[in-house]
Amino acid sequence: MRGDGDAPPPKIRLRGLRKAFNGKVVLDGVDLDVGARRSMVILGGSGSGKSVMLKCILGLIEPDDGAIEIDGRNVLAMSRREREAVNDRIGMLFQNGALFDSLPVWENVCFKLLAQRRIDRRAAREKAAEILALVGLAPEVRDLYPAELSGGMQKRVALARAIAAQPDIILFDEPTTGLDPIMAAVIDGLIVDVVRRLGATAVSITHDMTSARRIGDDAAMLYEGRIVWTGPAASLGQTGNPIVDQFARGEREGPIRMELRR
Amino acid sequence: MGLLLDALAAIGRAVLRACRLAGAVALFALEALSHLVRPPFHGRMFGRAFAEIAYFSLPVVALTAIFTGMVLALQSYTGFSRFNAEGAVANVVVLSITRELGPVLAGLMVAGRIGAAFAAEIGTMRVTDQIDALVTLSTNPMKYLVTPRLLAGTIALPLLVVVADILGVMGGWVIGTFKLDFSSAAYLRSTFDFLEAGDVVHGLVKSAVFGFVVALMGCWCGYTSKGGAQGVGGATTAAVVSSSILILALDYVLTEMFFAR
Repeated sequence: MRGDGDAPPPKIRLRGLRKAFNGKVVLDGVDLDVGARRSMVILGGSGSGKSVMLKCILGLIEPDDGAIEIDGRNVLAMSRREREAVNDRIGMLFQNGALFDSLPVWENVCFKLLAQRRIDRRAAREKAAEILALVGLAPEVRDLYPAELSGGMQKRVALARAIAAQPDIILFDEPTTGLDPIMAAVIDGLIVDVVRRLGATAVSITHDMTSARRIGDDAAMLYEGRIVWTGPAASLGQTGNPIVDQFARGEREGPIRMELRR
Repeated sequence: MGLLLDALAAIGRAVLRACRLAGAVALFALEALSHLVRPPFHGRMFGRAFAEIAYFSLPVVALTAIFTGMVLALQSYTGFSRFNAEGAVANVVVLSITRELGPVLAGLMVAGRIGAAFAAEIGTMRVTDQIDALVTLSTNPMKYLVTPRLLAGTIALPLLVVVADILGVMGGWVIGTFKLDFSSAAYLRSTFDFLEAGDVVHGLVKSAVFGFVVALMGCWCGYTSKGGAQGVGGATTAAVVSSSILILALDYVLTEMFFAR
């Protein structure tokens, strides 16, 4: 039997993460562990700092204080080159897709492979068709431009781009926002499928409780800049934590107060 | 006394803000330039920006140059005829076009067209997370978006100005020959006899600086834009206004350096 001291470190570990913008504290000491090959869903109201937390993990925003460990190494203490090497293993699905308007779908999907010179342009076009098939899109889509796609197709292309380089960590920022319920279910299914297929660790942020239960193994609630609860995603709504339960049920009354000005 | 101090404080704050902005733009430019010598290089992005400036701006620059040359010939003829110095029309046209009007007008036209386009494109990328997406896709946004555009602006504008110089002189020649009854051969001889290589070269150096400035301000305003569509609109306006003002200010500085005796 293995003691606690021998347990492998979590894939992602946040400790005391703090970030303020112009004096407004957004993250106020976030502590979070995400196990390897687990799918963690972060819940929280609008403006609660979920996206800021993801951007801190990606290195897009520098936190004021705290530590971000990936595979047991603090990325904030790494050199630029080491940090880039870690980031190369992370895929990201942005809320609005963030596809490059000026490039066709196939170049969007294989952008990272082309940037890293892992593939030439001719092979990239073929590779794009293979990756698009994983997210349920036909090969003909590869020659279209993002503006020619529906919202659901853009999300799928963005998902294809996030997984193209076979990352071992994938971050999802509101993956089902703006989609109809059926398309949201399709995207959730694809996320579960690709995360399992790659054996990746996933961190998703969402407001959508149905989506959270579908894609998450674990869930955490970010409230007033801190993680106030973590537990199984399946228990959302019956956690016994009044903050989480109010949020999961979408109730007006409870410890979470919306600031409304009349 | 209080009012005076408030006014001084306001002026001081504005000066500090301007200094901070100038420093930030300079650091932005230096970082972009540092990528010129650090691979990987994005030749495709350079080609796209170069075509956008050199090829697609050609019609507007050509039309501007032709009409400017024509107006210049007419106006200088009107002035010089009062002193019986009509013969100087060709000299004035060629020197004005090559030293000043070619580079400045082409710069202003490109500022309106390209500065705005760069700011709008990069600004839209900023507010739709596309620049953040570049980072997550192992691509340095400065290297991918800014450096190729700066290089393209610096190389393409002088080429446009060569065309503008030729067409501007041609516009003057058309008016001189067909309206003002100069002999074609005499007009052309007068044009080339007084033209020195330095006039053209200095104009081209000016235009390289203007091209760099237009691309820099377009990229800077787009890269630092925020706040959605309104922010992108503001960035576009700021890019055109700031690059136009800088072109006119730098034109004076460069003219002092090159031509002041």
